[in-house]
Amino acid sequence: MFPEFGLFSLILAWLFAFFLAVVPLTGVIGKRESLQRTALGFAWAVFFFNSVAFAILIHAFVTDDFSVSIVSQNSNSLLPWYYKFSATWGNHEGSMIMWVFMLSAWMVSVSLFAQTLTTELKAAVLSVLGIIAFGFLAFILFTSNPFARILPVPPAEGSDLNPLLQDIGLILHPPTLYMGYVGFSVAFAFAVSALITGRFDASWVRWSRPWTNIAWAFLTLGIALGSWWAYYELGWGGWWFWDPVENASFMPWLIGTALIHSQAVTEKRNLFKSWSVLLAIFAFSFSLLGTFLVRSGVLTSVHAFTSDPNRGLFILGILGLTIIGSLILYAINAHKIKTSGQFKLASRESFILMNNILLVVIAFAVLFGTLLPLLADLFHWRKLSVGPPFFNVIFNILMVVLLALLGIGQLLRWKKHNLKSWWPFFIAAGAGAIVIALVLPWTLTGQLHWQVWLGLALVFWVIGSLVKAILDRSQNNASMMSAMRKAGLGFWGMWLAHLGLVISTTGVVLVANLDIERDFRMAAGDSVEMDNYRFVFDQVSQQQGPNYTAQKGHVSVFRGDREVAQVNPEKRYYQVKGSVMTEAGIGGNLFRDIYVSMAEPLNDERTVWSMRLQVKPFVRWLWFGAILMAAGGILSITDKRYRMAVKGGRS
Amino acid sequence: MVWSKRALFSLMSCWISVVAVAATEVLTFDNESFRERYAKLTYELRCPKCQNQNVADSLAPISEDIRHKTYEMLHQGYSDQEIIDFMVARYTEFVIYKPQLSIVTIWLWIIPAVLLLFGLLLLWRFTHSQPAVEDITLTEEEEQRLKTLLEDKTE
Amino acid sequence: MKFKPMLILPLVVVVALFSVFGYALMSGVNPKEVPSALTGSLLPEFKLADLDDTSEFLSREDITGKPMLVNIWATWCSSCKYEHPFLNSLAADGIRIIGVNYKDDRDLAAKWLSEYTDPYQINVFDPNGDLGFDLGVTGAPETFFVDSQGHVQYRYQGPITNDLWQNKLKAIFDGMV
Repeated sequence: MFPEFGLFSLILAWLFAFFLAVVPLTGVIGKRESLQRTALGFAWAVFFFNSVAFAILIHAFVTDDFSVSIVSQNSNSLLPWYYKFSATWGNHEGSMIMWVFMLSAWMVSVSLFAQTLTTELKAAVLSVLGIIAFGFLAFILFTSNPFARILPVPPAEGSDLNPLLQDIGLILHPPTLYMGYVGFSVAFAFAVSALITGRFDASWVRWSRPWTNIAWAFLTLGIALGSWWAYYELGWGGWWFWDPVENASFMPWLIGTALIHSQAVTEKRNLFKSWSVLLAIFAFSFSLLGTFLVRSGVLTSVHAFTSDPNRGLFILGILGLTIIGSLILYAINAHKIKTSGQFKLASRESFILMNNILLVVIAFAVLFGTLLPLLADLFHWRKLSVGPPFFNVIFNILMVVLLALLGIGQLLRWKKHNLKSWWPFFIAAGAGAIVIALVLPWTLTGQLHWQVWLGLALVFWVIGSLVKAILDRSQNNASMMSAMRKAGLGFWGMWLAHLGLVISTTGVVLVANLDIERDFRMAAGDSVEMDNYRFVFDQVSQQQGPNYTAQKGHVSVFRGDREVAQVNPEKRYYQVKGSVMTEAGIGGNLFRDIYVSMAEPLNDERTVWSMRLQVKPFVRWLWFGAILMAAGGILSITDKRYRMAVKGGRS
Repeated sequence: MVWSKRALFSLMSCWISVVAVAATEVLTFDNESFRERYAKLTYELRCPKCQNQNVADSLAPISEDIRHKTYEMLHQGYSDQEIIDFMVARYTEFVIYKPQLSIVTIWLWIIPAVLLLFGLLLLWRFTHSQPAVEDITLTEEEEQRLKTLLEDKTE
Repeated sequence: MKFKPMLILPLVVVVALFSVFGYALMSGVNPKEVPSALTGSLLPEFKLADLDDTSEFLSREDITGKPMLVNIWATWCSSCKYEHPFLNSLAADGIRIIGVNYKDDRDLAAKWLSEYTDPYQINVFDPNGDLGFDLGVTGAPETFFVDSQGHVQYRYQGPITNDLWQNKLKAIFDGMV
């Protein structure tokens, strides 16, 4: 009986989403406050019934209810409970339920935390979210019912979860990423509400900023988790492939990053208003586009999802209504947005504008690169691929400019900045960065790569500027400590996020240029020297997992006489689906990872293996940097002015 | 489970071997530049049968063939471009991640460049515009809202 | 209020994008289907042994002359086994099928043909997959539609079934005659 309750609950959620989409919005347009006030109740109802449906689906997975079709296709009684749990969202239908569940969770958080919001704006925001929820619930109900049953004879056993997904990565990565994707719906809803109500005052941005930051922080973490997951789970040591699905998560991140910056200008200087509205629409549109690309099957990706053209059309329809609808509103109403105020080229505004231009150009270059194979195929021009060689070039060029400008921009004042007294600093910092970036890697590795030089020069340039930013703040203060406190959390959030960017950049630059990879023919007892490390292949043992058998390599890694790592790469064989997985053995510290994978057996007895040995310097920095960025995003919204706003509402 | 029995056998046999032997590379290159070119080529060639993987990382038999052919042609003295053309002649442009410049792919570069120029134009217009005389009288409603906002702030 | 055309630009871009997506879904574009690089050009040259006769060497000229199917097959390939009966029925209908025994063992192949009957007029033995590579084969089974001049007109990847033949492939083959 339980699954039918789930479906029923979903239908109720859909019904209430309909009311939420229609009633309060009618109230907003007709200026009837009694109707506007219904938003809260409807939002909670949508949240409640969504939660019930999601909980029931999780219950079906955890209790092995194989009569439910997606459980039987994506789970197995042999799975450990936590993978049964995460298998709930390891498939199309379940992940859509999670998507809508999160949307409804964002809805109720808006109603909880935005108590000082005018009734009108709150009603409009919740209503817009209601429209989105309505569309996606319809999508689930009509094309992807997660509670569909196999009756009357349910299978006794499930056909197992894709081994790639049996991992801590699946437990963490999709929920985090989705929180980010869906989170942009709030900024979107605020922007659309502003367009509907025609009020574009400062309070709109002030309200929308914390939500943008939280969503962005989640998205940052989600992407980093995905990259880390691919790194250790796919078995080849790659951490970014420019795969369409990765690009689909990266584009909203780029636009979201631009949005965060532009909203800062809008809040502080009341400029770029129309632009912030547009970016908010685009950030969420790109999130939705990601959902479409992953599920429609129009592109090939390593991260395959069940794809279905009918679902594709339905979801395209929903996206069309949401995105095109909001852009029509924008085209009609955006001219009402009044902007006043000037700024000079040497000002924070203009550098943030440059930041926005670069980020948006990168996002659209990535979009076009991702879609060109589809376009070329569609119009029968030719069949082609666009991959890392293109994306790396365009991304790197624009990132170089972005980082160079960041070093200046983050120091400037609003409106107009007199650069005259700053030239000595800029010249000293620039020259220092170039020299250090040349000398440091050269003395440490004895190698010279112009890419490393350029990358590290930019890193040191931004670090110099980050230090200067602190020194500037402490100039007029008695002690360093009081200056730190006075700077405000907004400043520290920015500082931390920019530091994170620098740390990630360091990781990317070093691992991309200095990593070493070799394939060796190894049997037990063999050893090999590579990059000052000695790898000793001790033995291959047989391993029995809960739902797989594996051959496990035991490799000791020495530096000189000191053992620095013991790694255990595995070749796993999953019986139920008959699939083979390569599990890398990773031993690492802050400065490098030792990455060993068993590529393939070279003899029939499976005693001699082709072993891929890699040393990856600073690879962890790229994820660590992402954590700092996310932390910075969160930190800046704990700033006094946002807290006061919340308190003000409660008192 | 034939191979697991074999594995067991291998497990027993490896206890015997204790003397460390220097392992050899799976592929040996006549010189270091071949190694670098091989790494670059196999990284930029796409496995024609996989979802989306380069031939360096793919375990598909066809990727092995392509790797092998690349290795062979390198040592026969073919240039990178000749090797790429050879693969494209058999497996179409689908197998190269780095698109060849053509009337279709040139847009990959034109579009970002145009967008960038457009952005710079905007920047120039913003920073060089004459102070516009804007009418900033507030409506009564706006006045009221401003007041409440200010009150919020000073609380 | 003056009208600003800039504000419509995003709408125009997005509508264009959505039209493309819609068209892509309607026309059922399949990103995984890659047409053969050889479409429209001659079969590649080769010099390989006959599967049935070690002493005989075959080349392109030995197999071309009539419209035909060139079928890549192997005993290790399970879809080939699935496809085999239908190839037999095609051969019975008088369609010329040339086999390319791909990366296989001669004895196993001979045994397979005697067991499941032989639909192939000629079988080229390609143990190292050399011809396969020149044909741009990515696995087995694959079937090339070759006209009487020896030009490749079409390539199908995967097992051919009766449905598929009747609905799509037959027309392509008949078009070559």
